[in-house]
Amino acid sequence: MTSASVAGPHAYLQAQARWRRGEIAFWLATLLPLVLTPDYLVLASQVAIAGLFALSLDLILGFSGIISLGHAAYFGVGAYTAGLLSVWGWGEPLTGLLIAGLAAGLLGYVTSFIIARFHHLALIMITLGLGLLLQEAANSASWLTGGFDGLQGINTWPILQKFDFDLYGYTAYSYSLAVLFIVFLAARRLVYSPFGLALRGIRENGQRMPAIGAPVYSHIRTIYTIGAMIAGIAGALLAQTTETVSLEALGFQRSADVVVMLIVGGAGRLYGGLIGAIVYIVARDRFSGLNPQYWYFWIGLLLIAVVMLLPNGILGGLALLAQRLRAKS
Amino acid sequence: MSDSALAARGVNKSFGSLVVASDVELSLPQGVRYALIGPNGAGKTTLINLMTGMLRPDSGCIFLGDEDITELAPEQRVRRGLVRTYQINSLFPRLTALESVTLAVCERRRIARTFWRQLTAYRHEIDEAHDILSALTLAPVCHRPTRELAYGQQRLLEIALALATRPKVLLLDEPAAGVPREESKELFAAIAGLSRDITVLFIEHDMELVFRFASRIIVMVGGGVLTEGTPAEIAADERVRAVYLGKGHGALRS
Repeated sequence: MTSASVAGPHAYLQAQARWRRGEIAFWLATLLPLVLTPDYLVLASQVAIAGLFALSLDLILGFSGIISLGHAAYFGVGAYTAGLLSVWGWGEPLTGLLIAGLAAGLLGYVTSFIIARFHHLALIMITLGLGLLLQEAANSASWLTGGFDGLQGINTWPILQKFDFDLYGYTAYSYSLAVLFIVFLAARRLVYSPFGLALRGIRENGQRMPAIGAPVYSHIRTIYTIGAMIAGIAGALLAQTTETVSLEALGFQRSADVVVMLIVGGAGRLYGGLIGAIVYIVARDRFSGLNPQYWYFWIGLLLIAVVMLLPNGILGGLALLAQRLRAKS
Repeated sequence: MSDSALAARGVNKSFGSLVVASDVELSLPQGVRYALIGPNGAGKTTLINLMTGMLRPDSGCIFLGDEDITELAPEQRVRRGLVRTYQINSLFPRLTALESVTLAVCERRRIARTFWRQLTAYRHEIDEAHDILSALTLAPVCHRPTRELAYGQQRLLEIALALATRPKVLLLDEPAAGVPREESKELFAAIAGLSRDITVLFIEHDMELVFRFASRIIVMVGGGVLTEGTPAEIAADERVRAVYLGKGHGALRS
């Protein structure tokens, strides 16, 4: 404590934002599947996409305290936008990603005007409702979306006209991972910015914020739009790498899954969504291999165990452990 | 229009049949140290809520300087210099004291929307926050999460947050509530030491503190202003005496 005060205000805050060794190790480790488990690259790219999606929710739910049970709406809009672009003859992935992000961001911006004014239960209902609304709209507009059969005929062009998507998922994983890393860098910058501090203020005590002159609604609209945009990029990645989009991309199940990932990993921590996505997707893959019919039983058990034993998620538990070890030494 | 820093003109507010503000007329001259006193339920906190925009009056107007601010949102009033603190600590539990005050400085300087630059790039803002905390003796604990601070330190942090917004008018709702007597004197000494550019109104029940630190006193009863005057005038006022003696609050001494 005293040493921290001696360090002075600037040094202390700088130390908070500094890259830690664990972080560098984490990102180096994300390259391992390319060498160690080349048979699982399709799965690995699903993990990267889910991680990106969870990161987008973390900015909203974890860092700003805005509950959402309909976050798949933005994921789905991104997926369908990228998919439709390709079906209509524009399969270039990078611009597709950008346009999909903008489309989802636009929807996020429009809905944020409603979101910013509600809390807690009302917010759960509203986000849930928005998600269902959009899913049924996509279902009934089958001339556009392919409805229940999904969107057919997506063909993603080679990335930078060079790297074609292969059957084993080398390109898919490298591409997803690269996008995840770039977006993560931006999110990390945001978290340690003045705006990131304001978001934490809203999460900690939204009622108090106006009394220090903070435009809370406007802050919430901004982060909600950014979160929707990132979710849209994640959706577009899925559409481009799997070359299919189904209604499931917009579904409630996906909205619920991403909340579970975030809570398992540790909400309000930059790596919470990423760790949660790894654990959740790998566990789902293992459990469904063990027991194709009842694998949600094990997911349920995992969820209960994590919340009971590690209320702040896996990363929260690790942080506590590190704290105890440091206190002992 | 007037030389008052903050004024209420014919402000009324009721919740159903309960009248919490009845025709309140108030005018705080620039730079005074006002105490707002009155028995429990007199409508003191309600008046602060009405003036800062946490509540909307049923009728009447609030003026900050010459500007009618009745229609403005709380954060817009804060930006114009009308700032309050809370009777019950309302802070950011998991932010450190320095982070909290830096946040308030950033909001004032309109850089809290910036998400593409690191906070540490704003050295002036961090320094300013640290200076405010130093002035309130909080520098040694400025890196501790708010929830780990002692209660009295949290009360000081309330004031630090308010000062970070550069108030012209500061409304303090029982700043020393729950603080031991000795510490509350220090706290009021800090308030008394504030720049004379800031007009201060504080709610306080401890009459010794009121008479020591207020240059003028407003007495509220039943949602209305009973009287207003210098400490000597208030001490001599029979009606005030009756209100306090009648409610068993103890005699007024000057």
